[in-house]
Amino acid sequence: MKILGIEIILDKCTGCGLCVKVCPFAAVKILNKKAEIEANCTLCGSCLEVCKFDAIVIERPKLSDKNLSEYKNVWIFVEIRENELKKVSLELASKAREIADTLGEKVGAVILGEKAKHLCDEIAAYGVDIAYIVENKNLSEYNTSNYTGILTGLILKYKPNIVLFPATHLGRDLAPRVAASLEVGLTADCTGLSIKDGLLLQTRPAFGGNIMADIISPNVRPQMATTRPNVMKIQKPDHSRKAEIISIPIELDPKALKIIIKEVVKTTKAGVKSLDEADIIISGGRGMGSAENFKILEDLAKTINGVVGASRAAVDAGWRPRTNQVGQSGKTVSPKIYIACGISGKIQHQVGMKSSDTIIAINTDREAPIFDIADCGIIGDLNEIIPALNEELKKNLCKN
Amino acid sequence: MKLIACIKQVPDTTEVKVDPKTHTLIRDGVPSILNPYDQFAIEECVRIRDQIGDCSVSVLTMGPPQARSALMRCLALGADEAILISDKAFAGSDTWATAYTLSLAIKKIGFFDIVFCGQQAIDGDTAQVGPELAQQLGIPQVTYVEKIEIDNKNKLTINKQTEDGYQILEAKLPLLLTLLPPTSFQPEHPPMSSILKAKRKPFNIWDVETLGGDKSRFGLDGSFTQVIKTYTPPKRGECELIEDNPKEAAKKLSKILCKNEALTKR
Repeated sequence: MKILGIEIILDKCTGCGLCVKVCPFAAVKILNKKAEIEANCTLCGSCLEVCKFDAIVIERPKLSDKNLSEYKNVWIFVEIRENELKKVSLELASKAREIADTLGEKVGAVILGEKAKHLCDEIAAYGVDIAYIVENKNLSEYNTSNYTGILTGLILKYKPNIVLFPATHLGRDLAPRVAASLEVGLTADCTGLSIKDGLLLQTRPAFGGNIMADIISPNVRPQMATTRPNVMKIQKPDHSRKAEIISIPIELDPKALKIIIKEVVKTTKAGVKSLDEADIIISGGRGMGSAENFKILEDLAKTINGVVGASRAAVDAGWRPRTNQVGQSGKTVSPKIYIACGISGKIQHQVGMKSSDTIIAINTDREAPIFDIADCGIIGDLNEIIPALNEELKKNLCKN
Repeated sequence: MKLIACIKQVPDTTEVKVDPKTHTLIRDGVPSILNPYDQFAIEECVRIRDQIGDCSVSVLTMGPPQARSALMRCLALGADEAILISDKAFAGSDTWATAYTLSLAIKKIGFFDIVFCGQQAIDGDTAQVGPELAQQLGIPQVTYVEKIEIDNKNKLTINKQTEDGYQILEAKLPLLLTLLPPTSFQPEHPPMSSILKAKRKPFNIWDVETLGGDKSRFGLDGSFTQVIKTYTPPKRGECELIEDNPKEAAKKLSKILCKNEALTKR
């Protein structure tokens, strides 16, 4: 059977079977020592990449003004961790709902994992209409090639208008790969998304947050963006909502992977939220004076359900692990509250936390640049103020 | 073996100011530097080359003629050969068009084992060109690379940063890596002898004609994304300063915090 858009060059094909191993949709068979493509091929291109003999040619249908309108619905890539939805996935669902309502379209969610079905009801509550579920034991840990092939295939098959990814380590690895495969635009790290003249208006900071840019991708579909965690508002869940579930059968051969995970090392304590996901971050800098002194921040974090971060100076001094670092060479965070303790707030630090909702700074130096961007500043010794603040908050929070 | 490093010359964003009237970047007087992430990538690339032996490093960039100085720095840091991909036709490239142009240059070089990129550039911070380039070259990638060891000539052991720690990966060649410098990273300043030596190393300039490829895919025309507006971010309100004895200050701050929905909505 001949499939539109893909061809096996029989002279070149040796029937080695690498394409069979790598095809996530099980759409390649070897017949009479030649590869043969079946009707369920999505043109995802996984086979193209592994073929050593250039025996596969894929030509996807070209986009024109006419068929742009075939692309409908707003999709999100749902990131999960340890079988739970990451908070950023709820943010994406809420945003996608808002955009889809403006366009009069549906929200689709793609969930990949060893198990995914149990997450459908929860994500539906945040506005998802259709859940595309891909379950396979080889998807328990993220890997670029399998995820890229599956996403690309699903997008080609279902033709969404917009696809949103989280701007997390995973999303920033996966989204550009999928975008390049589909030959579409991708806007990184958006802090704003809306619809203008029927197009996705993507807003992002650039030049270290000194400037904002509005970006569109008018001539290709889907329009794709990664979205910075903690920026989009999570809407109130409606638990009566249910999503239509579409299960996608997948076959994966782990032997086809060229990159293998040997070991996963966690340097943050179990149960502690990562900085990217925290609503409240309490960061310490050079002014903390020692690793031991971070205990006062840990104590405060416990009281207000926050996470402890650090400036580069504190990480370089060996007081905190690298995963704690906020700033240009560390993480970019945007919590509801950011409390900077003993951090002078050079531009390199500001780049990583400037988009926080509320910034509070505690510093002995009234000239510290952190006060230029803080909403509230306390001039004083953090060693006295933090414990006193912790006591106050304990009292006040008990009352509520 | 052949290693290729892709680098970018960037304005030092820590020095960038915005014109309050026109809301555009004031680039005058802002120094152009080698993207710090790329400097780390080059240093690692050279280290791996020296370890392997019988191996050379080509460094490439797409940029205006002035980007030559960033390439010269890479040569001084130990790269063997530099290629400046420069043509007016490449102006206005988005990440996809940039990756497309770089992929043509790499295909023109013809063979390679590892492509090194910085995790991201400090001007755009997109982190997209590396993965988009890997996809166009049809090779695997590892992003957020903190550490690389080469075991034998066909296998790498890589530490990849994750949000809560790191993974240790084993990877076959060829592949593309995007590197993340350690926090303690101090860019090396090459000595005068290396700078002088760099001037005698091969330096090529490739334009549209040299690269070939589909001309409609270069630069602004080849870009899928369009920037329609740039502006300065809205200013934050004034800072409310509290100067009091620690107890009183803590009381005041506690009151402010308790009003915040991050604390009330728990």
